[in-house]
Amino acid sequence: MNPFEERSLQLNRRAFLSKTALGLGSAALGSLLGLRCFRANDKGIITESGQGIEGVLKALHHPAKAKRIIYLFQSGGPSQLELFDYKPLLEKRRGEDLPESVRQGQRLTGMTSGQDSFPLVGSQFGFQQHGQSGAWISDLLPYTSKIADELCIVKSMYTEAINHDPAITFFQTGSQQPGRPSIGSWLSYGLGSDNENLPAFTVLLSRGTGRPNGQPLYSRLWGNGFLHSLHQGVQFRAAKDPVLYLNDPAGLGRSGRRKMLDKLEALNSMHHEETQDPEIQSRIAQYEMAYRMQTSVPDVMSVEDEPDYIYQMYGPDAMTPGTYAANCLLARRLAEKGVRFIQLYHMGWDQHENLPTAIAKQAKDVDQASAALVMDLKQRGMLDDTLIIWGGEFGRTNYSQGTLTDTNYGRDHHPRCFTMWMAGGGIKPGIVYGDTDDFGYNITENPVHVHDFQATMLHLLGIDHEQLTYKYQGRRFRLTDVEGHVVKDLLA
Amino acid sequence: MSTLKSCCFAVFCTALVFSCEQASTADKTLVATALPEVVDFNFHIKPILSDRCFKCHGPDEATREAGLGLHTEAHAFAALGKAQDHYALVPGNPEQSTLIQRIYTDDPQEIMPPPESNLTLTEHEKALLRRWVEQGAEWKKHWAFLPPEMPEVPQAGAGWAQNEIDHFVYAKLQEKGLQPSSKAEKAKLIRRLSFDLRGLPPTLEEIDAFVEDDRPDAWARLVDTFLNSTAYAERMALDWMDIARYADTHGYQDDFERVMWPWRDWVIHAFKENMPYDQFVTWQLAGDLLPEPTLEQRIATGFNRNHKITAEGGVIDEEYRVEYVADRAQTLGTAFLGLTMECAKCHDHKYDPISQKDYFSLYGYFNTIPEKGFVGQLNQNFRYAPKPSVRITQKEIEGIVTFINNRDSLPYIDLMVMEEQEEPRKTYILNRGKYDQYGDEVQPAVPAQLPPIPEGAPNNRLGLAQWLFTPENPLTGRVTVNRLWQQLFGTGIVATPFDFGNQGALPTHPELLDFLAIKFREEGWDVKAMLRYMALSATYQQTAAASPELLEQDPENRWLARAPRLRLQAEMIRDQAFAVSGLLNEEVGGPSVKPYQPEGLWEETTGGGGGSTARYMVSEGPDRYRKSLYTFWKRTVPPPGMLIMDAPSRDLCSVKRQETNTPLQALLLLNDPQVLEASKALALQAWEQGGADAAERIAYMFRAVTSASPEEAELQLLLDYFEEERAAYTEKQEEAQSYLSVGAYTLPDTLPLADMAAYTLVANTIFNLDEAITRG
Repeated sequence: MNPFEERSLQLNRRAFLSKTALGLGSAALGSLLGLRCFRANDKGIITESGQGIEGVLKALHHPAKAKRIIYLFQSGGPSQLELFDYKPLLEKRRGEDLPESVRQGQRLTGMTSGQDSFPLVGSQFGFQQHGQSGAWISDLLPYTSKIADELCIVKSMYTEAINHDPAITFFQTGSQQPGRPSIGSWLSYGLGSDNENLPAFTVLLSRGTGRPNGQPLYSRLWGNGFLHSLHQGVQFRAAKDPVLYLNDPAGLGRSGRRKMLDKLEALNSMHHEETQDPEIQSRIAQYEMAYRMQTSVPDVMSVEDEPDYIYQMYGPDAMTPGTYAANCLLARRLAEKGVRFIQLYHMGWDQHENLPTAIAKQAKDVDQASAALVMDLKQRGMLDDTLIIWGGEFGRTNYSQGTLTDTNYGRDHHPRCFTMWMAGGGIKPGIVYGDTDDFGYNITENPVHVHDFQATMLHLLGIDHEQLTYKYQGRRFRLTDVEGHVVKDLLA
Repeated sequence: MSTLKSCCFAVFCTALVFSCEQASTADKTLVATALPEVVDFNFHIKPILSDRCFKCHGPDEATREAGLGLHTEAHAFAALGKAQDHYALVPGNPEQSTLIQRIYTDDPQEIMPPPESNLTLTEHEKALLRRWVEQGAEWKKHWAFLPPEMPEVPQAGAGWAQNEIDHFVYAKLQEKGLQPSSKAEKAKLIRRLSFDLRGLPPTLEEIDAFVEDDRPDAWARLVDTFLNSTAYAERMALDWMDIARYADTHGYQDDFERVMWPWRDWVIHAFKENMPYDQFVTWQLAGDLLPEPTLEQRIATGFNRNHKITAEGGVIDEEYRVEYVADRAQTLGTAFLGLTMECAKCHDHKYDPISQKDYFSLYGYFNTIPEKGFVGQLNQNFRYAPKPSVRITQKEIEGIVTFINNRDSLPYIDLMVMEEQEEPRKTYILNRGKYDQYGDEVQPAVPAQLPPIPEGAPNNRLGLAQWLFTPENPLTGRVTVNRLWQQLFGTGIVATPFDFGNQGALPTHPELLDFLAIKFREEGWDVKAMLRYMALSATYQQTAAASPELLEQDPENRWLARAPRLRLQAEMIRDQAFAVSGLLNEEVGGPSVKPYQPEGLWEETTGGGGGSTARYMVSEGPDRYRKSLYTFWKRTVPPPGMLIMDAPSRDLCSVKRQETNTPLQALLLLNDPQVLEASKALALQAWEQGGADAAERIAYMFRAVTSASPEEAELQLLLDYFEEERAAYTEKQEEAQSYLSVGAYTLPDTLPLADMAAYTLVANTIFNLDEAITRG
């Protein structure tokens, strides 16, 4: 069965279950459904006695290749020049000023626009070609290099924003200014949840070793904007409460909690008799969902039962909760449970100074676990329908920020070209897409805008990016704002 | 047509509701039967044109197709084609009208809207358009742009009606074949009023006194008492802080702390004094431009400095300065005009008659502030106020601005305010809204489709403020009374308080809206008087309980045949827990406080540069139990309990909150240590003063939280629960001990452990009842 048919069937099945499982009289059923339908259109949700969230799309726009996404966001702007975009010319002309013919008067950030000179600098680290695609990958990424033929490396990404806050917000919401729903919220709204016990959109944070006190994150990056708050990203934390307020208080066991919920339900039902307000039934359902989350979240987070070879794949950091590696492993477990959108953020790529030292540490943080995640999904047969995305909010300049010495340099933000990679989920494996000039400054071939990337991502999920919209304050909003084209060359 | 659409369509267009399955078979009959006798342009036709046609045939000249515009009468009736030989609309003649032809054709090349637009018309909508043309295609200006006219008050509803509101509502009910509901019980009424006006539940003493008060004006007295409380001012400030996008940090990147709370203290003061709304707004928009402005008037202008300010290294100063000016223009649009002005920032508005020139002309009023876009100094000291600012000395606080609660007794406070720069900055249209893409120069002006600035008024922010309150201004009065209505009825007469334009909802009771808007203006923009008037209506005092029939007939309660049941706002849920358990600290104003929140939330996202906002340091002692409006608001990581309960992020002006129902809300109410602290405190109160036995104590707790005595079955259920848990905890004293150890608040250790643990469990259960977080 193709995924398109499968989804239709699933929707029908769900609709059927919701109608029969309520066990209400036919009159009440009619009114309840009437109301539900109304709300579905109004708010983009249908809560069916707590059985997860159904998406607003009644059918996919075309057959989907991917069912879920794991987005490994490298926050701060990783330098493409040390990782994927090999530019020997920069080493040859090390220390020379960036020619104006290359820069063409383009905007610089306020951090370097005052510099007297813009000394070119190439990567301190070596590059080799890997796999059948012959992709150039840095020596900093030995594990990633080994899976080159699984990857679709896009060297021609570009964005409109030059500073972190607007640039990250742009990537995650399609707009530089805060207030719009994030990618995961759009997907939860559009496609709903495949797991009635876990949120459709989960978020995992980790702090890099490259620049531990780099730039911050903002909880609005996983906010639902104007969509229903059921679609907000739920942070899974390496803390006592893996989800905020998840744990029952001390001295109240599971049976104690169950008992309280039973009493609550009985009391709320009595009140429903009196007021007839359907919100009360919805509330009862939400309490049941909360109860199930209290089991399902710790279950998915208890990684102790993972075998040793898995830890060997992901690396020693995977043993430490809250690290990037541990989060990658957790991401796989969430994907197995049918979570739609798993968003990781790894902080610390904002290396304005001491870049050689910082990026070496930072690359080590992520290299092994990112590659392990791809291969782990592959060995489970899940890579085909899971899209993995690796990348930051912009790239970095080909000239040094601050003084260039024999061993040290920094790089400023560079929005005009940077590299991301994707794997699995209907993306073409083993290709390098797009190119930049010999200075690594401008794109020379196949530019991919952030909105194009977003459109392509939605396409893989069976969504036409122009058709997943939400009307708010009189306007139909969408993730890609008013632009974006599916990059067909990237599709398998 | 999908079942989904047909179902909604049934709800909207007829008083009859079909279940989903029935509706699809009933489509054809509905198309015919549901068409109104007289098709009205504003109510039936323009919503369709705006939503489905304006995108390509609307106000935005740049994207207008085939020379056809449907946004003005002149455009819509103009001759079309090279030969100028056909017309989109021929009054009285649908066959000759190309608009009607093109919506009914089967030819995919011809059909409108075109398939690639992803827009379609329902059969009903097509039939409406057709009938409207048949009936002569009468064109009317957008309703909200016409000044309100004093309508005739209907006679309907005599005997039931308490004031004019009820006549308007009753007339509509009659039209829909509905009857008003009976009056709510007094205990329900006092709870409703108390939350709506004070944001707090009534005390047991207040309930008892009101229930026993048989005087004919008991209700009016209660309304007055509540309106005259300080809690009223705080409750009003709460909504105003959403509108003003108030926060205790600058937002963006490192999100440094700022000091704006003295402005918030002023807002509370102004509501307490019942400052007339025109003055309240004028001071905030232009207090600095008043003749010889007082310190208080200048403090009020902090309203327009509540926007975010960046200190992110490397940003371009002008880019962000433009952003701040745009934020002010957007806030003016949303808060006072109910217009989505921001839609015209990059291009002419797609739906409303607001051009990009209009947008930048309005923007021009806010573009002359001597301010910076990039303010690097924010990282040095949170008391630094980006210029322009005013220094408020301790002497002034003790003398003339005594409403400022300067708890730390600092020698002075610097506060951001508005000011005009000496050499006014020129304003240009910014192409695509980009900060450096200059188009034509524009002069400050109000939108061309609205009445002009009053004669003799200065063409600056002060004139702009005066313009808002002229009798000719069609929007300010309506927008404001609509929001006050929303405060008492949950939904405005216009359900989209942020959009009175073509894409907004139409008023359910247009005559009532106009009546209230005019009354509000004529009675001196008196907010308390307007709230009082609404609260005294019979409409407001109806029961919220609905029969299944009524629920079917009007599920969204658009016609007000009952009072709405509303989930309490985020702040009210938390404040109620503290109020009924005696923990609430009622101190007014002052620097924001940091009550309990889960550990690590600030720490795990900070870049280390946040100064005082890098780590969350929980306040000590009674500051943990302040009202929620005093909770420190870090914009990039707002208080989690507030967000979970639908408070907006305060990034932008917001005039309506979501009302959602999620599992995270359940977890919050079940497990937040603050709720558990309140449960313990309430248990202790019940133990000490709630009665002689468990039944009485439980009934006491139930009533304290829900304002209603439990039904017999409810009480029995809770009593059984209590006995079971007490028995269990008697066996497991250690568990009772650890359950009671959650949170900072501790019970005296002289009390019987098992009893207290079981009472606390019951209290926690009561706090989680739907009834506890709802006002019916």
